[in-house]
Amino acid sequence: MSSNTLALEATSISKTFGNVKANDQINLEIKKGRIHALLGENGAGKSTLVNILFGLYKADSGTVKVNGEVVDLGRPKDAIDQGIGMVHQHFQLVPVLTVAENIVLGKEPANRANVIDIEEAKKKVKELAENYQLDVDTEATVEDLPVGTQQRVEILRSLYRKADILILDEPTAVLTPQETDHLLQVLKNLASQGVAIIFITHKLREVLEVADEVTVMRNGQVVGSTTPSETDESGLAEMMVGRSVVLRVAKEESSPGETILKVNNLCVHDDRDLLAVNDLSLEVKSGEILGIAGVEGNGQRELVETITGLRNAKTGEILISDTSIIEFSPRQISELGVAHIPEDREKHGLIGAHSVADNLILNRYYKTPFSNKGIRQQKAIANYATEMVEKFDIRTPDIDTPSSSLSGGNKQKAIAAREFSHDAKLLVASQPTRGIDVGSIEFVHQQLIQQRDQGLAVLLVSAELDEILSLSDRIAVIYRGRLIVTENSAELDRNRIGRIMTTGSDST
Amino acid sequence: MSNFRLFIMPILAVALAIATGAIIIALSGSSPVDAYKALIDGSLSDSRSIGRTLEKATPLVMGGLAVAFAFKAGLFNIGGQGQLVFGALIAGAVGYGITGLPWIIHTPLALLAGALAGAIWGAIPGILKSTRGAHEVITTIMLNFVALNMTDWLASKVWREEGVIVRTPHIEESAEIPRWGEIPTGFLLAVVIAFVCWYLLRSTTFGFEIKSVGLNPNAARYAGISVKKIVIMTMAISGLLAALGGAIETQGVVGRYEPGFNAGLGFEGITIALLARTHPLAVIPAAILIGAMEAGGSMMQFKADVSPEITDIIQALILIFVATPIIVRWFLSQKEANELSVSTTWGSS
Repeated sequence: MSSNTLALEATSISKTFGNVKANDQINLEIKKGRIHALLGENGAGKSTLVNILFGLYKADSGTVKVNGEVVDLGRPKDAIDQGIGMVHQHFQLVPVLTVAENIVLGKEPANRANVIDIEEAKKKVKELAENYQLDVDTEATVEDLPVGTQQRVEILRSLYRKADILILDEPTAVLTPQETDHLLQVLKNLASQGVAIIFITHKLREVLEVADEVTVMRNGQVVGSTTPSETDESGLAEMMVGRSVVLRVAKEESSPGETILKVNNLCVHDDRDLLAVNDLSLEVKSGEILGIAGVEGNGQRELVETITGLRNAKTGEILISDTSIIEFSPRQISELGVAHIPEDREKHGLIGAHSVADNLILNRYYKTPFSNKGIRQQKAIANYATEMVEKFDIRTPDIDTPSSSLSGGNKQKAIAAREFSHDAKLLVASQPTRGIDVGSIEFVHQQLIQQRDQGLAVLLVSAELDEILSLSDRIAVIYRGRLIVTENSAELDRNRIGRIMTTGSDST
Repeated sequence: MSNFRLFIMPILAVALAIATGAIIIALSGSSPVDAYKALIDGSLSDSRSIGRTLEKATPLVMGGLAVAFAFKAGLFNIGGQGQLVFGALIAGAVGYGITGLPWIIHTPLALLAGALAGAIWGAIPGILKSTRGAHEVITTIMLNFVALNMTDWLASKVWREEGVIVRTPHIEESAEIPRWGEIPTGFLLAVVIAFVCWYLLRSTTFGFEIKSVGLNPNAARYAGISVKKIVIMTMAISGLLAALGGAIETQGVVGRYEPGFNAGLGFEGITIALLARTHPLAVIPAAILIGAMEAGGSMMQFKADVSPEITDIIQALILIFVATPIIVRWFLSQKEANELSVSTTWGSS
C-alpha cells in the first residue's frame, strides 16, 4: 500500500515506565477512511500507545508520521494541529455548559468585539452535526444528556477541530447495548467520509462488527494484525490472551435451595430525593444467580446500595435469611454473610493508596487473625495476602504495592478475591466485569458459577446483556425502578429483554 | 516520590526561606550573617538556650500533631488555637483550684482535665460535620472565636486572681511540671505523645480506620467503617492534642492562664504539620526548628538590630515554599516541574 493513503504511521514506538516496558517497538499503520481496532487486555499498552499519539506521553523512541510527514507530538495541541482527535474514556466536557458551547470551547467563534458569538457557534455545530449525521440538540446542557449523547458531543468536538484521525479509548465501556449499536453506526459513517478511526476495545463482538483492520497487543508488543474476515471471536481472544479462552462459561442446571434474600415492596429514593426504586419485590435462593438486566440509571444502583446498607429505604422490607436488615449498618449486613462487589471499584471497592494486602482484608481487617486487641497483625495480613494473590492470580509486583497502580482487571480480581473469600451466603455483584479484560472476565465468571454451585445466592446486576444471559438462572428486567418481568433465563431471549429494558413494556 | 525526595523537599524549603530571609535582612540595612549568628546564639549555643528552644517547641509539637492527626482522616483542623486556650485555662483552673494533692496525682490530673476540655471542644466540629454536614474548616475557625471569648470571660470573671491583671491565680506547686536540668519535661512528654500517635496510626486497627476514611471515605463506608464515628473521634483526639500543648504550657512554663500569652501558637501547628508532611515523628524536628527561631528572635534584635518579626517572615516563607513544591522542585530539576501536580503538597506518609 502506498504511503499517501496512510493517515498515520507509527514506527518502533517504545515507552518505559519504571522497569515496565509499556510499549516495545510498536509499529502501527492507520489508513484513511478505515476503522482500525486496537485490541488487547488491560495493561497491554493500548492506552499508552494512543496517549503517545495524542501527545499526552512522550515516547522514549520511535517516530510518528501523519500524512507521510514526520511530526513531533510533544503536547496534545501538536496532535490537534495535526488533525488528531481523541475521545477519552472519561469525557472531558463541562457539565453545566450547552452542547454547542462545549464543542466550540477553546476555539470559539467571536465577533469583532472579541465576544463569543453564540449564534454563530450554534450554527456551525448544527452544520457539523448534519454533515456527519450526528444527531444532537445543540442547546441542551451537557449534564442532562445520557452518556451516549455526551460521547457524540465529544466526537463532534474533535471533528470541529478538523480532526481526520479520531482515537476512541474504550468508547463502548460506558454505553448501553442500544447506544453501542448507535455508536458503531456513527463510526462507520465517519469512516465512509474519510476519517481514520483508531478504536480501542476489548469487546470482540464489536471488533468483528465494525473494524476494517485489527491490531492485537499483548505485554507492550504487537502480537499480530488481522482483519475480521480472517478470524472469529475465539481466534481474537486467543491472540489477546496468548492461550485459548472460554468465552461462554459452561454451567450446570442450578439447584436452588432455601430463600436467602427477600425484598418486599421496596421503595428507595436517589441522591436527588426522587423515587428510584418503586415498589420492587424479588427473591434470591441459595445456589442460584438472579440477573437484573436494565439500562443503567433505572434504580439498580439504589437497589444494590439499599441491600448492602449504604442507603436507607423509604418503605418496604429486606430480609436476609429471615432477618430484617432495614435498620442495619453496612458492617452488620456484612456480618450476616453478605458480600458485595461494588459497581464502581475505584470509588467503593478499593482504597487506592492502601496496599494490595490491606485492600484484600478491607472487609475484616478488625477480626482475628488480622487484628488482635486492636493491634494490626502484619504477619498474618501478609501471609493471607500472599496466599490470595497467588490463588486469584492477582498480577502485582508485591503485596505492599498501592492498589491504585494495578490494572483494572487485577483490581477487580483483588475485589473478587476479597468478596469470594468472605464466607458469605449472599453475593451482590454489581457490574462485576465492567472495563476489564477477557482473561479476567473469564476468571470472574467462572468464580461466580463455582460459588453458586457451592450454594451461594447471587444477585447479579449488569448492563452487559451478554453477561446476564450467560450467567443468570433467572432474569429480572428493571425499568424505572420496577421489575417488569422475572422469568427463568430460558424463557427470555436477547430481543425481548432489550425491548423491555428500553420501553418498559413486554408487549410487541 | 522517592524517600530521598520526601526528605529533601522540606529541607530545601527551609533553606530557600532562610536565603530569602537573608536578602530581606540585607535590604533592611543589617548584616544577615550577624543576624543569623545571633539567632543561633539565642537558640542553640548553650544548654540554657537549647532548653528555651525546646520549651518553645513543646506546644508546637502538640499543635503540629493535632493538625497532622486530623489530616490523616482527611480533616483540616484550623481550631488548634481555640482547643489550646481551653486546655491551658482548664489545666490552670485545676492547677490552682484543687489543693492538698500530691504532685503525682495533681500534675496528671490537671493535664488530663485540660486535654479533656480540648477533646470536647474538638469533638464539636466533628459532630457538626457528621450530623449536619458542616465543613470543619468553617466551624473550627468560628469556634476559635468562641473559645477565645469564653476563656477570656472565665479568666476575668470566674477564676480571676485578685488584682488588676486579668489572669488566673498561680497553680499549686504540686501541679507544676518540673524541668529536667535545662530540658523541660513537657518536651519529653510531647515527644512520647508523638511516638504514640505514630504507633497508633501505623499499627492499630483504629489507625487503619482513620487512614481509610481519609484516603477514601466512600470505600471506608462500604467496608463497614462508621465514617461519622471516625470523624468525631479524630476531631476529639486532634483537639485533645492541641489542648495538651496548652496544658503543658500552663503547667510547665507560665504557671497560670493569662489571656493572650499564647496567641497564635495554635496556628503555627499548621505550618509545622505541613513542614513535617503530616508525619507524626517529623513533627518533632519541624517544631524544634520553629521553636529555635522563636527562642533566638529576641537575641537577633539585641545583637544585630534586626526586628524579631523577621522570624515570622521566614516562617511564612517556609510555609509558602512547602506549600508550593513547584518552586522547590524547580531547583531540583526543571523538567520535573513540568510534570508536577499540585495535589502532592500534603505528605503521603
